[in-house]
Amino acid sequence: MASVALGLGGVSLGQAADGEFARAVATLRAVGGEGQGNEAAGQALQRLAKGSPESIPTLLESMDGANPFASNYLRGAVEVIAGNTLAKGGSLPLVELGEFLLNKSHDTKPRAMAFDLIRRADAEAAERLVPGLLSDPSVDLRREAVTRLLGQAEGLANTDNKPGAVLLYRQALDAARDLDQIQRISAELRELGRKVDLTRHFGFLIDWEVVGPFHNKGRAGFAEVFGPEKDAGLGAEYAGLEGKVGWKKYSTDDEYGMVDFNEPYGALKEVTGYAQTEFISASDRPAELRLGCKNAWKIWLNGELVFGRDEYHRGMRIDQYKLPVQLRKGANTILVKACQNEQKEEWTVQWQFQLRVCDATGTAIHSLPKKNAEVAAK
Amino acid sequence: MKRQLMIVALAGSAAGVFAGDWTGFRGPLGNGLSDEVGLPVKLSAEKHVAWKTALPGKGLSSPLVLGDRVFVTASGGTRQDRLQILCLNAADGSVIWKRQFWVMGSTMCHKKTSVAAPTPVTDGKLLFAIFSSNDLFCLDLDGNLKWLRGLTVDYPNARNSLGMASSLVLAGDVLVAQVENDSESFVAGLNKTTGGNLWKIDRPKSANWTTATVRRDKAGKEQVLLQSGKGIHAINPASGKVEWHYADGAATIPSSALAGDMLFVPSHGLTALKLGADGKSFEQKWRSGRLRPGTASPLVHGRKVYSLNNAGVLACADVDSGNRLWQLRLDGPFGGSPVVADNHMYIFSEEGLAQVVDLTAPEGNVVGKMDLGEMIQCSPAVSNGALFVRSNGHIWKISRKTRL
Repeated sequence: MASVALGLGGVSLGQAADGEFARAVATLRAVGGEGQGNEAAGQALQRLAKGSPESIPTLLESMDGANPFASNYLRGAVEVIAGNTLAKGGSLPLVELGEFLLNKSHDTKPRAMAFDLIRRADAEAAERLVPGLLSDPSVDLRREAVTRLLGQAEGLANTDNKPGAVLLYRQALDAARDLDQIQRISAELRELGRKVDLTRHFGFLIDWEVVGPFHNKGRAGFAEVFGPEKDAGLGAEYAGLEGKVGWKKYSTDDEYGMVDFNEPYGALKEVTGYAQTEFISASDRPAELRLGCKNAWKIWLNGELVFGRDEYHRGMRIDQYKLPVQLRKGANTILVKACQNEQKEEWTVQWQFQLRVCDATGTAIHSLPKKNAEVAAK
Repeated sequence: MKRQLMIVALAGSAAGVFAGDWTGFRGPLGNGLSDEVGLPVKLSAEKHVAWKTALPGKGLSSPLVLGDRVFVTASGGTRQDRLQILCLNAADGSVIWKRQFWVMGSTMCHKKTSVAAPTPVTDGKLLFAIFSSNDLFCLDLDGNLKWLRGLTVDYPNARNSLGMASSLVLAGDVLVAQVENDSESFVAGLNKTTGGNLWKIDRPKSANWTTATVRRDKAGKEQVLLQSGKGIHAINPASGKVEWHYADGAATIPSSALAGDMLFVPSHGLTALKLGADGKSFEQKWRSGRLRPGTASPLVHGRKVYSLNNAGVLACADVDSGNRLWQLRLDGPFGGSPVVADNHMYIFSEEGLAQVVDLTAPEGNVVGKMDLGEMIQCSPAVSNGALFVRSNGHIWKISRKTRL
């Protein structure tokens, strides 16, 4: 079979691809929103699912840069091929899958899938790969390595080798991105008498300027454009719920960076508040704003609305919303609007949010000190 | 063993569905009734657990049964971001195939529920599975993906931080996805062959976990009855247009029960509506504040309507008047809905306790109990002389047959 370069976002389909195969992959990658391209994709998938196990690494490679629909279609083909192959006692191309996994230029999801396939075919081979995954861009893969490290650290702790355990836990904490692992490790370290700065580990933003309250009668405040959305200058004054209001400093000492509007303003109902902070980025770079909030909210970066959601008191968790953004080098202004509704139940008291800046893996991106803003901008 | 009644009811349904199959939420007619006879009554784990199979992920969706195959969804992975669809051999519980997809929407949900909350639906040839993340997959019965949708990718504010749970329903060739939440709330009618939108209508901006009811008149014309806090909207499945509206509000967790031309709506307790033959009207026959369905949906069997409240009290009332005839305290709480087969009601508590109520007893009588030892929140499936029920970790077949 001839080597074919598809020219699909620079994806080379390698030696396994022939024209029909490449066209089928291209069809899947062309699937869009609202079911566009579904009919053709179903047929293309049938073609790909008849492929040999040797085509799996190429199918994984073709997931690079694909949209979530296309990735799942391609996954569907891989699932069928791998399932049928293993059911018949056949083997998967372990070396090629391993090489794909180890090549971090590929997308994280197909790499994690490659690991899963290796594990299904040869659990021992997969296990041998785990230590090298500690700093992997895939949170799924690095979780495997962290789990292994935790077992080792626990073993040292159980044999009273506290220094050894502490250092392994430190390594594990540095690598961990999943909340459950982070909380477990930090508890172990604290049990061993060590300090853990979870706020910094996650990168929660803790220093803010807040202003409010504005109204949210009948939940109309979510859509209403109050003063801070027009001019967020720190010297500005606005018409608030009961007269003029202005920005005031607010810092949270909550370990998980909770910004609680009830602290400065009291446990009010049917109100809206704003918080803003300046984030100094060392470079122009992609990032994620990760928000947890059980109130209706909107968020702006440098004056541009990123997203908003008018849901109240349905739940809150760290990284509830992952919002891809582009940071610019130097100072970036983040503005958050949080609306409290009329509900009176005990579980509707909260008027708060937590926000952090990180990369796609969940690794915290820290703001440079504000005095560096000018330097960074230059 | 099965009676022949349901064959008549299914005559206008999909060609690949046969009497005895369990094809969607609360069965082929969405009413929790089965024609099966001879199911075990005095339950015993030793005698009646035909098989128990481990599941790779969590879930509270109901299993479906088509002939000798059982289909069930689950969600796995640390972040519940692996959406799983499994096909098992009904005879021995072995896994015939398993497919796993990446989540595209939100996995956030209340700790008691999971991403695999809604029950799939099948027309006998294709399987349609939706998850709390609003990711929707259509597979053939051999596990080949035919099409998919990511409804939260398409409509980014269509999500619920407590989780979504409305199950899919089929009305002819239209697959109806009810995606109702506080923000971007809608119902879409999808082409079941391609997954494309045939129509999409705005719905009340309020969280809703109910499942629609499909009404088929004698001529085979179908109507989809959407339940929400705003009552019942009857829509034409071809166009999404509202044909009538009962506007007096309704619950957002238990779903309505349809029996002939009577619709029993969890509204102000329970409200009985007689649906007009013209498909455009309805008449309220009675309302009872003493019948208050909790999480479990009401069920109609014979001339009785049954309602299970959040305290675990099963109430039986006359379908014509709503007058309460008796009540019976069961061991709750209940996250799933009951089913009835051969004059016996089967219900599984969240504690994993199966309970069998003899509905022919003058005031109902619990005649069987069996502890499965795991939290169960699904409504059981009934097919081919067996019950199928799942937890977050396992799926069971319960029948008179011991292990094959």
